[in-house]
Parts: sequence; C-alpha cells; structure tokens
Amino acid sequence: MSSILESRSLTKKFGGLLAVNDFSLEVPEGSISCIIGPNGAGKTTFFNCVVGFYLPEEGEIIFNGKPIQGMPPYKITGLGISRTYQNIRLFSNMTAIENIIVGQHAHTKATMIDAVLHTPKNRKEEKESVTEAQRLLEFVGLSGEGDILARNLPYGAQRRLEIARALANKPKLLLLDEPTAGMNPYESAELTSFIKRLRDELGTTILLIEHDMRVVMKISEQITVLDYGSKIAEGNAKEIQSNPKVIEAYLGRGAASGLSLSRD
Amino acid sequence: MIDEANKLFSNLTRRFGRQTVMIVGILLVIGVLVLPVIEFQRQAFWVRVIGFTGLYIILGLGLNIVVGFAGLLDLGYVAFYAIGAYTYGLLASGQFGIHLSFWLVLPLAALLAALAGVLLGIPVLRMRGDYLAIVTLGFGEIIRILLNNLRGFTNGSQGVVGIDKPVIFGYVLDSGIHFYYMIFILVAVVAFFSNRLNHSRIGRAWIAIREDEDVAEMMGINTTLYKLLAFGSGALVGGLAGAIFSAWQGSIFPDNFNLFVSINVLSLIIIGGIGSIPGVIVGALALITLPDVLRQFSDYRLLLYGLLLVIMMIARPEGFIPSQRRKLELREEDPQPVTD
Repeated sequence: MSSILESRSLTKKFGGLLAVNDFSLEVPEGSISCIIGPNGAGKTTFFNCVVGFYLPEEGEIIFNGKPIQGMPPYKITGLGISRTYQNIRLFSNMTAIENIIVGQHAHTKATMIDAVLHTPKNRKEEKESVTEAQRLLEFVGLSGEGDILARNLPYGAQRRLEIARALANKPKLLLLDEPTAGMNPYESAELTSFIKRLRDELGTTILLIEHDMRVVMKISEQITVLDYGSKIAEGNAKEIQSNPKVIEAYLGRGAASGLSLSRD
Repeated sequence: MIDEANKLFSNLTRRFGRQTVMIVGILLVIGVLVLPVIEFQRQAFWVRVIGFTGLYIILGLGLNIVVGFAGLLDLGYVAFYAIGAYTYGLLASGQFGIHLSFWLVLPLAALLAALAGVLLGIPVLRMRGDYLAIVTLGFGEIIRILLNNLRGFTNGSQGVVGIDKPVIFGYVLDSGIHFYYMIFILVAVVAFFSNRLNHSRIGRAWIAIREDEDVAEMMGINTTLYKLLAFGSGALVGGLAGAIFSAWQGSIFPDNFNLFVSINVLSLIIIGGIGSIPGVIVGALALITLPDVLRQFSDYRLLLYGLLLVIMMIARPEGFIPSQRRKLELREEDPQPVTD
C-alpha cells in the first residue's frame, strides 16, 4: 500500500520548545491510523503543520506525492485534507446544513456576480449543494436537524456535524482530533464503528488523535506514539501495548515493568 | 425580486402576525411614496429627514457587509462616503471647471471608493477585533484631515461648492423630492443585492469568517480574498451614497465626514440587529429619524435619545430585528427563518 501522507523529519519549534522533533510518519492510503501520546506531546501541533496552520521549521510534508508545507491552509484543504477539532469549532450561528455547505466551499465556484444576479449556474450549484448537504446529514444521522443553529445542537450531534462538515470537502485524508473527547463509553463505541464505516464506505484515509485506548486499540491499523515531540514507537495495537517505552511515557518509570496499557 | 419580497414577508408574518405586517407595510410604503407629493405643513423638512434616513440606510447596508457579515469592525466607514462625495464634487463643479455627468461619475465614485476599501484592506488583513477598529478609525480621520488640508485640491475647510445637479434627459433634478426618490430606489437595489449575497456562497464564506476565521480558512475559503471582497463591496456602497449626498447638497465640507458619521452608521446596525437587513432599516429609523421627531423637545432631545439607546441595549442587546438564517434542509412552500 502506498502512503497518502508522509512526514519527513518534521520539526516545529515554539521559541525554545521543540513541539515536534524530527518526526517522520507514513500514513498508508486507505488505512485508519492513530497518533497517541501524553498531553503536550505535539500531536495537535503535528495536525496543525499538516493542514498548513503552522509552518514547520524543518522537514517536509508530502501529500499524494506532492510537498505541501508552506502552502496556505485553504489550498491544502482544496487538495483533499479535512480536519475536525479537539474542542468543537463549528460556525455556531449558522445552521447545521449551512455548516456543511460552507464545508463544500473548495468544490463550489459561484462568484459574487453569480450570487448577486442569481445566474442559472448559481441556482444549479445552490441546489446541488443543498442536496449533497442533506445526504451528508443523513450519513451522520442528523436528518431533520439541518435547520437548527449549530450552537443549539447537543454535544454528540455537534461532534458528528463537525465530521459531516469535514466530509463535505470530499477529503482523501481526514484528520480527527480526539473525536470521542467528552463522550460516554456507549457514544464512543458508536462513533468508533462510525469511523470504520467512513473508511469502508467512502474509502477515506483516516488519521486520528485519540486518548481513549479502547477506541485506539479497536480501530487502528497503525499506531504511532509521540512523546515530547518525538516518535517513540510505531506498530499495530499488540506491539504498542507491550512496548515498554510507551508504558513508561504514559505511566512513568517503574510502572513499565509490571503493567500493560491494555484495559480489557 | 418578488421571490425575495415573499421571503421577507413570510419572515415578518411569522414574528409579528400577518395582519400587523400587512397594515404596517402598506402604510409605510404608501407613506414613503406619497410623502413628497401630498401637501402638508413642513413638508420640505420631512422630505429631507426621510431622505437622510434613506441615505443612512444605504450606508448601514454597506457597512453591514463589512461588520455584520464578515465581522470586520470598521470604525472609519465615513472615509468611503467622503471619497464618493468628493469624487462627484470635484468632477462636477467649478472647482476645476470639470462638469462630468452625474450618471458617469456615480459608478466612478463607487469604483474609487471600492478601490480605497481594498487598499485599506490590504495592510489590515492580519489584524482582528480591536486592532482593526483602531486602524480603520485612523483611516477615517486621515481622509477627513487630508480633505481639510489639501487646500489646492479640495479647497480645504471652505469646501467644494456649486456642485452640479444631475440631469436626466435634459431635465434637471434639483429638488429634494428628486433625490428622495433616487435614494429610495438605491435603498431597494442595495437591500436586494445585499440580501442575495447574504444567502449565497459568498455570504456564507463571510459569515464563516466572522464566526471563526481559522476554521473558515480550513474549509477552503481564501480568507484574504473574501475579506478584501467585503471591504471593497462595503466601500462601494459608501461611495454611491457619498456621490448622491454631494449632488443633493450641492456643497460639501470636510466636516460633513467626521467620526460621528461612522459611529452613527455602526450604532444603527447594532441597534437594528447586526447582520440583519431589515434591522438596518429599523435602526436608521430609530437613530436618524427619531432625533428629528424629538426636535420639539429641544433641549431634552439628546437626553431622550441617549436614554433610548441605553434602554434599548439593556432590553434587547441582539437588536430590534436580529439576523436569521434561512431554512434550507426542509424547505416548505415558503421558506421560514430559523428560530432559536
């Protein structure tokens, strides 16, 4: 399997702090991969580098065979990378369906002239946008709730709406930043199978940051462990669970001898 | 056009009841249309007051694109009004002995103002919130001070006088009533286009920027371009209003374009309901018409006016007519607004 995203010796500094340090990663196309690590390990910083929000000091990010570091975020999005946020960041005063329609921005073309004159092109595009957004609402189980302002939706629905908005961009790679944060075990199990379905039905490669080990171990085909900005381990669920370095990073020295990360 | 009017109508009926809206609407339209042709006491005064309200509605609709839709706090909006006014003033008066047609200069004034809007936009693109407000505030003042001091060009504080009246098919538009109708046509046109923009790909991109700029860019929106587009369109509308103002007045002075114009326009947007087009109209009635209605209270006028503003902001901080998004998922025969 070829890799859709590749990070080569990526380094991002904030002043004297090495947030991401010489980090290399290959995400196989069509996989569900996961980045784990203690708080402050640089996981979200890495996401921010991939989407162009941060400019890394060193290294390269290759997406679909092309280097993308230094490109503005809107262009990277146009290439087919979407993301969600750790703390939900919806457009709260827009309706749910409008959030999804904004997510389609990179694929729609109406100009100001089209919008003002309601040209046939604009009408057609608006219609298609709404239809596509309705389809996505249904896909994430929010049918009938599209006309509710995003801020008035319950928490779980907001999480799913954020994913639907990210999917509206028809991404080849979807970055999910702690998608199950704040969910109870039932909700997170439901989301886990939803993420699997995403990959299986849409063929989207998924890279996620996750803290919930039940979720991580259940769906990841590749797990990468970050600690203090550096990669300390990589492998499948089994390999990671028994890796002493990982246990040490999570639980501290000493704990590594007798414990394993597996909770079930 | 009819489509939009229908939507607005169903929005209002939902909120206030069908009958009330019908009666108020009909009275308003008739009132506005016939006011200049019926004879009554102090008619000229009222034509002037309502005409000015219309001018401020245009300014409000223009600034609403920048502040209400895109969320860019602009405290120097008067600059574009001034640029529009001086463009016509200088190109159609004895100042340089140039007498171009109003209908030629009107689009030129709009274009020049839009250009100024984009030029102001470029250096302030990276600024947000308070910082943006301070820079735009400075820009508004710079334009006014330039108008005051470039004596050879603008005639300084003596102003530009003897500005030509517009001519249409050999007929000179020189009375207040002509400008009254001209302004109301422009109000309708600007409101119509502004409403279409609001519910388009462009408007949604603006609102996304207002809601969360970083995330908006992550949606594939070129935020730089869209912010410049907002500054440009807002300024364009300001330029149109300025050109009409200078033709109507026949003389313009730098002091016509002081900070209070910007503040008034911003206040009427906030009081009406930020981002809301009907809100701008109600806001202008409250802030521009009302002080003249209160004129009979002479000394207490400003006190009453100030009190009203304070009460309004405490009782209804979201404005008279808060902005609403349209229902898109479950469209019924007539679209209804999203309620909280």
